[in-house]
Amino acid sequence: MIITSNLSKKYGNKTVLNIDNLEIPKGQSFGLVGNNGAGKTTYFSLLLDLIQPSTGHIKNNEVLVHESEDWKPFTSSFIDESFLIGYLTPEEYFYFIGDLRGQNKADVNTLLSQFEDFFHGEILGQKKYLRDLSKGNQKKAGIVAALIGNPEVIILDEPFANLDPTTQIRLKGIIKDLAEKQGVTVLVSSHDLMHVTDVCERIVVLEKGEIVKDLETNAATLKELEAHFSGSELV
Amino acid sequence: MKIKQFVSLEWKQFFRSANFGKSIAIKIFMGFMALYMISAFLFTGIFLFKALKKFFPELDPIVVVNNYLIYWILIELVIRYFMQKLPVLNIKPLLTLAISRHKITNYVLTKSALSFFNVMSLFWIIPFCITLLVNEYPVVNVLSWFISLSCIVLIINFLNFLINKKNVYFYSILAVLMLAIGLEYYSIFEVSAVFGKVFNVLYNTPILAIVPIVLLALVYYLNYKNLRGLLFLDASLKQKTEEAKTQDLTWTNRFGDIAPFLQLDLKLIWRNKRPRMTVFLSILFLFYGLYFYTNDKMIEMPVVLVFAGIFITGMFLSNFGQFIPSWDSSYYSMMMSQNIPLRKYLDSKAGLITFSVVVLFLLSMPYAYFGWEVLALNLACALYNIGVNMPMVLLISSMNKKRIDLEKSPMMNTQGMSAAQWIIIFPFLGLPVVIYLIPYLLSNAIIATIVLGSVGVIGILFRNIILNKITEIYRSKKYAMVAGFKEQN
Repeated sequence: MIITSNLSKKYGNKTVLNIDNLEIPKGQSFGLVGNNGAGKTTYFSLLLDLIQPSTGHIKNNEVLVHESEDWKPFTSSFIDESFLIGYLTPEEYFYFIGDLRGQNKADVNTLLSQFEDFFHGEILGQKKYLRDLSKGNQKKAGIVAALIGNPEVIILDEPFANLDPTTQIRLKGIIKDLAEKQGVTVLVSSHDLMHVTDVCERIVVLEKGEIVKDLETNAATLKELEAHFSGSELV
Repeated sequence: MKIKQFVSLEWKQFFRSANFGKSIAIKIFMGFMALYMISAFLFTGIFLFKALKKFFPELDPIVVVNNYLIYWILIELVIRYFMQKLPVLNIKPLLTLAISRHKITNYVLTKSALSFFNVMSLFWIIPFCITLLVNEYPVVNVLSWFISLSCIVLIINFLNFLINKKNVYFYSILAVLMLAIGLEYYSIFEVSAVFGKVFNVLYNTPILAIVPIVLLALVYYLNYKNLRGLLFLDASLKQKTEEAKTQDLTWTNRFGDIAPFLQLDLKLIWRNKRPRMTVFLSILFLFYGLYFYTNDKMIEMPVVLVFAGIFITGMFLSNFGQFIPSWDSSYYSMMMSQNIPLRKYLDSKAGLITFSVVVLFLLSMPYAYFGWEVLALNLACALYNIGVNMPMVLLISSMNKKRIDLEKSPMMNTQGMSAAQWIIIFPFLGLPVVIYLIPYLLSNAIIATIVLGSVGVIGILFRNIILNKITEIYRSKKYAMVAGFKEQN
């Protein structure tokens, strides 16, 4: 589904991302982990054509991301609060995204009704603008908005951060369900090793912009990741 | 924590703020503005005495000044309500440190006494007092009067904070001011005479200077109490949230594809201070025409009339248009990664602006009272605005890459300003004047009006092609915009 070749991003002399080759097949739940500055957000921004690659390219479902806009209809994302429109209520925001993705109000309402648990009564019908919601609630709204319109690729940057434990667990369920049952390719980045190993079939570790590990998730993965990040890994 | 440390914090806040790195053009502009204001006030202060002697030969200048002091006070209150910012130091990080709230409060209040507005008033009060002394007015009286006035300036300062942003008080003051001016104008009741007496007594009895001093102490104390109570995280530092009201904008659906964006733009304008201001300004500028049309000399000058026409019908175009796409800066990366063709985004902005020009033209139709030529010219200007100025503004706006925080006060807000805003004004106003003037000089006003309107119509006919080109330019600047809008300032 997503093929990355010879991709690099440089700021001046500093290379912040350098990926020779990375293929993410359709329907995979893909996790990206790494310390701050490892290049996770840079990679996602390149995937969304928000920054220009220095070399190489990303193909999203055969579409060259930095040349055509045709990847937009089947790709959706939530990177940070700058993806929210602060002066809208959550409902208005959902309907707006729905409009953009060819979903009418009824379609959007049907989708939203599945997430009542997830919203925990704090999002809908609150008579509040998005800018006035707490960080965690903003994130919930943003994540659900990224699910509107049956996207084939969903990109979520740090979706677990700022969420309360209950919501984190519910979100894990949602992501798993998307990849396993609906065949959606889900890309997730996180600092929380446990969440990623819970959710993702495959985990890639970035370090200073390079891929240093590419793991198929199994029972030993969490241990391996912990060992890697604590620096006590035996070579 | 010593005063010295507070001052050093302030100093760093000023010089290390992103504002300080603002473009040099804006700094120079603001500098000139300040210089202009200072010289205007100084000039007033120096020549006030002479001028009053000349215009009111039978009255003592100090009496005249005293008579009208009340208007100065009210007007200051009104202006400050709009312009003066609250003295909020970055209090949050200080709250948990070992500094008494008492100290923080006092510091914040004292700091406000040094505001630009207070200093400005001194620029006319001091020279005026000096001219009084030169003209051999008794030193004791002048000095006590000076002290009283300085106190009044500070009282206005602190009163403004008490009033702060409570519309009710503001409108009451405005109403009182209007009423007083009205009564005065129609000689029903002379407010100035009553308050004049009070201030004259103040001047003649130096010991009474104690009254403003006591009043100042009182408002300071009230402010202190007020601010002191707010120095908690949950009180004022946490912003009030307004209740969200949803409007029914389904009527926009008739505009088809661009409807969702149109709805978004309407909400953008209605729910955020700064864009909302552009609408108020546009309506205000409708009345600008009166200034031109009621002036016999001006109505004879075709250049001025073209100016007026472009302004009246194009105020929203220039005010709103010059900050496209900065209005959407806080969520621009979403707009760019969502399923939005850039062309549709621009179409919607163009549609909104066209709509505004049409509405402003319709509202300006009563100007037909000053002759059908005025109406015809305004129609030509409206067509020109839609056909030529609108694409031009969109084109120049593609240079924008500065972020705008929608909720910041629109007053004296230079956020989002860049070279684009300075470049825009010349072709915006100059070009239509030239286009009008050439046929006007060669033949007559009717032909010139038709030419100007036709140029607009040609622009409208080629709108599609022009917008395609502009879309390409926006696309090529996309990365720079995304990166620029991310920078907080």
